[in-house]
Amino acid sequence: MEKVISLEKVAKSFGNLKVLKDVDLSLETGEILGLLGPSGAGKSTVINVTLGVEKADAGTAYVFGEAMPKRELLGKIGYMAQSDALYEALTARANLKFFAEMRGIDKKDLDAEIDRVAGVVSLGDFLDQAVSGFSGGMKRRLSLAIALLGDPKLLVLDEPTVGIDPALRRQIWAELHKMKKQGHAILVTTHVMDEAELVDRVALLMGGRVIANDGPKQLEEQYGVPSIEDVFLKAEEETE
Amino acid sequence: MTRTLAIAKRILMELMRDKRTLAMMFLAPVLILTLLNYVFTLNTTPSVEIGTVRVEQVVTDSLKDTSHVHTKSYDSEDKAKSALKDKDIDAILTQTGTNQYQIRYGNTDASKTSMARQVINATFSKNKVEAMAKQNVVLATQAGQQPAATSSVSISEKYNYGDKNTTFFDTIMPIFMGFFVFMFVFLISGISLLKERTTGTLSRLLATPVRRSEIVYGYMLSYALVAILQTAVIVSFTITLLHVEVLGSISLLFLINILLAMVALALGLLVSTLAASEFQMIQFIPIVVVPQMIFSGIIPFDSMASWAQAIGDILPMKYAADAMNAVVLQGQGFSTIWGQIVALLIFLVVLTGANIFGLRRYRKV
Repeated sequence: MEKVISLEKVAKSFGNLKVLKDVDLSLETGEILGLLGPSGAGKSTVINVTLGVEKADAGTAYVFGEAMPKRELLGKIGYMAQSDALYEALTARANLKFFAEMRGIDKKDLDAEIDRVAGVVSLGDFLDQAVSGFSGGMKRRLSLAIALLGDPKLLVLDEPTVGIDPALRRQIWAELHKMKKQGHAILVTTHVMDEAELVDRVALLMGGRVIANDGPKQLEEQYGVPSIEDVFLKAEEETE
Repeated sequence: MTRTLAIAKRILMELMRDKRTLAMMFLAPVLILTLLNYVFTLNTTPSVEIGTVRVEQVVTDSLKDTSHVHTKSYDSEDKAKSALKDKDIDAILTQTGTNQYQIRYGNTDASKTSMARQVINATFSKNKVEAMAKQNVVLATQAGQQPAATSSVSISEKYNYGDKNTTFFDTIMPIFMGFFVFMFVFLISGISLLKERTTGTLSRLLATPVRRSEIVYGYMLSYALVAILQTAVIVSFTITLLHVEVLGSISLLFLINILLAMVALALGLLVSTLAASEFQMIQFIPIVVVPQMIFSGIIPFDSMASWAQAIGDILPMKYAADAMNAVVLQGQGFSTIWGQIVALLIFLVVLTGANIFGLRRYRKV
């Protein structure tokens, strides 16, 4: 299997604050990696270094085998941020079209692609409404749809299911598993612990290091607890 | 290029849906220019009231003959002083002896003070000239000569710009035109980028393969269009409805305004990176926008200290105002204003470069 993301001994500080001390992390094609950690553990920094928004102080982030930051590679990454980051005055379709153009998607495929991603998140009927009238959940779905534009081989999703109701959450996870089977690599951060059971591998980020990195079942066994939530709490106790 | 176009299109679409901002950009300048026009037209010929105390009849008569001057005689200085205090009169002329006068000004309105001063000085010199002329006649008659015929002088007036009805407003109109373009583009573009930053769309944008320069150029393209429209509205309004005369070429006027708008845009984008909220962006008005106004030429440069003039030299508005004055008031062409155009271009290139580099803060490539 091909390595899509590979962080090697990445360190990053902001001022005097060492957010990442020594992070090794990898993601392969056809895999969903769940990045877990308490608030402020540096999950977003890991994502930013992967995207090349931030440059690592030490170590290197490789994406598709090339060292980041590299602007051209961003076309192959579907990214969804924690905030919805939408142009509220515009319609959902205008938002999708704009980001599709930014991603460099071919003009002739544009309309079909917009319909496809809108279908995935069940927003097909609302495409021509202004985003300002959307509910929180609809905005989150549109945000996810933007990340899916162009069927990128790597998806980086920062808290993708916050504010989305359970039925739709299940639908989105089903979609993510489908994409995984098609050979996509997906990096997900989450706070919802039962979601962490749905990923192939959990990386626990604490104190600027990845302290555990294994399948959810293996981690539960390793820590001798029944759920990922307990693994999280136990790991937190041990670090302190 | 496609991305630049897409960004420009998106910004224009967002602006089109924001009706209030649109109204602000196009109606506010029209409203303010109309108000200014009325204010300055109504006040073109101020009149002065001069109180006189024990002044010779000859002097009061000749004061009365001057247009826009009214006199009022008081029998004591104290009465005149209290009238001055109540602003019934603007100055007191008191005769203290033969050919000795004292003037006291209210000086609450500098223009009235200087008008009163002019009128009184003119009256005395006129009286002197008349007295000399009389004396000449007397001398000539005594010498047995025919006195020279007193021919009245005829003066015909011609105006380089406008006519005798040209008001202060007409002469500051070019400056105001540029100022509106500058202020609105500065504020709206700055706030628009700020909003992209605070809502996270900028991060999302920078997570695509877009070049940093494409973002800046997209902003420039869209606001160039806005500036063209805004200038068109302001120019056609002032020419057709306010009857302001433009001597030079209107296309040069557009060129200057578009360049100014681009500079304002680049400055707005740059300054917005220093602001954390819309509120903080508004706080830049007194620091960035107001000095542009002060040094735009509304206050004559000659009357400023040299260090103050040096401040004007680093403000883009000064160059735009100079160029627009030259085009509108003097009918100058490109050959005269190319220096100002180059100055604006230098501002533009430097600020644009700074913006493209500054976006590195949000993405390292």
